[in-house]
Formats: sequence, structure tokens, C-alpha cells
Amino acid sequence: MIEIKNVSKWYGTFRVLDDCSMAIAKGEVVVICGPSGSGKSTLIKCVNGLEPFTKGEITVDGISVGARSTNLPKLRSRIGMVFQNFELFPHMTAADNIVLAQQKVLGRGAEEARAKAQELLARMGLSEQAAKFPAQLSGGQQQRVAIARALAMDPIAMLFDEPTSALDPEMITEVLDVMVKLAEEGMTMAVVTHEMGFARRVAHRVVFMDQGAIVEDATKADFFGKPRSERAQLFLSKILTH
Amino acid sequence: MFSGFDFDVIWRNMPFLLNGVWLTLQLTIMAVTGGILLGLILAVARLSGIKPLAWGVAAYVNFLRSMPLILVIFWFYTLVPKLTGTSISGFYSVLIAFIMFEAAYYSEIIRAGISSVKRGQISAAMALGLTNLQAMRYVVLPQAIRNMIPVLLTQSIVMLQDTSLVYVVGLRDFLTSAEIVASRDNRPTELYLFVALIFLVVCFSASRLVNRLRRKYTL
Repeated sequence: MIEIKNVSKWYGTFRVLDDCSMAIAKGEVVVICGPSGSGKSTLIKCVNGLEPFTKGEITVDGISVGARSTNLPKLRSRIGMVFQNFELFPHMTAADNIVLAQQKVLGRGAEEARAKAQELLARMGLSEQAAKFPAQLSGGQQQRVAIARALAMDPIAMLFDEPTSALDPEMITEVLDVMVKLAEEGMTMAVVTHEMGFARRVAHRVVFMDQGAIVEDATKADFFGKPRSERAQLFLSKILTH
Repeated sequence: MFSGFDFDVIWRNMPFLLNGVWLTLQLTIMAVTGGILLGLILAVARLSGIKPLAWGVAAYVNFLRSMPLILVIFWFYTLVPKLTGTSISGFYSVLIAFIMFEAAYYSEIIRAGISSVKRGQISAAMALGLTNLQAMRYVVLPQAIRNMIPVLLTQSIVMLQDTSLVYVVGLRDFLTSAEIVASRDNRPTELYLFVALIFLVVCFSASRLVNRLRRKYTL
């Protein structure tokens, strides 16, 4: 479904991504972790072309992200993305946030888009919040609306960029629960996160990045059982001891 | 306190004074509309990322913002007819001066408004498949306008007050009309108090409106 081949990216002379290659199959859940500044977020943003890359190739469902001929808006509409800071549109209600792109990008009618929004909000346990503005919602609620907004486009895959890093501890669970359900339903997911509990529960594979390079790409059992690289061992020992 | 004053002079000259008010209003409304439109074009040009265009606009804005308004009014009044060889009315030369001058200020307000929208909002809009133009129209501008409406209105109130400068080219705005009556009937105190009162009422109501809008639209 998603193939990343030898992707490198420089900011001037600073190498943010260093020859990264990985693939995510249909229905697979891949957790990408690593110390901050290791390039995880940059890599995931390259997948839907929000960040340009300097070298290599990324294809999504057979379509090359970097090619000039690619209709990026169309490709992006098929890949859901959830951001660290939610990025709900503050001037719209929760429901309107979910309706906007359905109408303007997919060309759905107002009624269909609204029904879809209601259905998704119900799935997120947020039916009561439909008419509220983002500022009236808690962080956890906002992030679930953001997930609903992405799902409304019927995406073929979902990208999560540290979806729980900006949340208070008690709200992390409500967002992770939704993501676990999504994974169990068979959604293709790439998740940048430090939530190792989530990785243990639903990930098929764990990718560990450091200094822009993919250091380890292992099955969940291998990664938590016997990580091969020293850096991954060090990282795990640091975040799992607490 | 007002013994010896004759406020009746104002009522007697009301039609004449109202003509002045009308000119002030016309000038303000047309200059605000034109200034905001030109300002929007300048702001978008400056944010376009096309370097020569952005530099040109920056030069224009910085130049006009360094000039006193009264000088710009003089230029257009004296230079434009000479340069174009056609005579245009005092009103239009002043109107063009105001539009070009105010656009420099409005463009900075609009540019700040657009820049105030977080970069992540654009990313989120793009990630949903919206095009650049759609992201601007449905996500960036609605937020930018909320941020800039109070400042645009404040600038427009300043502009209303500045219209009284047109007396230098002999246009009969509100203040000039009052001044004419004042010297003819030798009643300057009454007339200038009246002018102050009207400006106070209009500008104070407008700034109250600005505050209400600010509270209503702050996100």
C-alpha cells in the first residue's frame, strides 16, 4: 500500500532523512518511534506530500507522491492524517469540520456529508458535541473529532503524527481506544508515537528511527523481545523503565 | 457657562454643514473600500512568494508609510494633472491619494491577518485534499478576517479623521464647511465645538463597535 524507497531529505546541509526505506502492507499497523528530532514526523509527512523530499521515491497505492504529474490534492484526500495539535478549524463546529472536505473535495451533498459526520461522531462517542466549536472541547475530544474528520474521507490508510503527545494523561486513553478499534477493524495505519503500550497491543511492526535513518524495522515480538540495534535497546530501556 | 454663545448659528447653517458631512462620508466610504481592496491585492502579492513582486510591494508600502499624508495629498493634487495632462476634479485627486496612502496601511494589516493563521491549519486543509485556493478560501481567510476586522475598523476611524486634511486643497468637507460658517458669522467656538461633538459621537460609537466585534470574533 505505502512504499518508501531510499528517501533522503536535506535542510540545506543538514540531513533530516537518511536513505529511509520501508513498506506498509494493506491492513498493517506500523508504529514508528525514536528520540525526538530523529525524523519520524518528517518521514510520515513525506508520505502525503506535506513535506517534500530530496531523493528517493514514495508510492501510495501505486501512485508516486513525488512525481510532478501526480494530482497531490486528490492523493491526499485518500490518505487520512491526524496531527499532534489536532488542527481542527477553529471557526467551524465539530460537525462542520467533518463536513467541509467531504463537500469541497469529494463533492458529496450536504445531507450525505452531514449524515456521515453524525455517524462518525457517534462512533467516537461525541454525538453530543456536534454543534460545539473546537475551543469548547477538551483536547481528547478535539483529537477524536480530528480522527473523525480524516475518516470521513473514507481513506485507504491513516497517518498519525504523535496523536497523543499534546494531551493530558487522562485523555490519552480515550484517543488510543479509538485508534485501537480502528486498527482492529483492519485500517492500514502508520503511527508515530511513544505509546509503547499501544504498539504492544495493535502494531504488527515497529520501526525505530534515529538521526534521520531507519535503524530497526522489526515485528512487534522481535522489537520488544530482542531489539538488534544498541540504540533501540537504549531507547526502550529509557522509556520502559518508568 | 454658554451665555453669550449662539448655538442657533448651527441650525441656521445646517444644510450647508450637511453638505460638508456628505462629502466627508463619501470620501471616507470610497477611500476605505478602495483602500481595503488595493490593500488586499498588495498583501496577496507580497505573500505570493514571487520575489520581484514582493519587493516592489514592500518598497511601495515602506515608501508611503514614511510620507506624511498631507504631502501625498499635495502631490496628487498638483502632480497628477501635470503628469497626465488631463484635469481631474479635486475630489478625485484627493480620493486617489487617500486610496493609495491607506492601501499601504491596510495591506500590512491584511498581511499580518493572513500570517497570523497557524501553518498547521494549512497543513490540515491540504491533508484533507483541499487545493491551495480552497485552503485559502475556506480555512485561512475566514480566520484571518476575524483577526483583522477590529484593526481594519480602527484604521478606518483614523482615516475618517484624516479626511479633514482635504481643506488644504479647498474641498468643502465637514470641517471646512464649519470653518467657512465660523469665520463668516464670527462664531468659531460654537462651530468647532459642534464639529468636535460630531466626530466624538461617530468615532466613539465606531470604536465601541470595534470592541464588540473583537469580543465576538476572537477565536
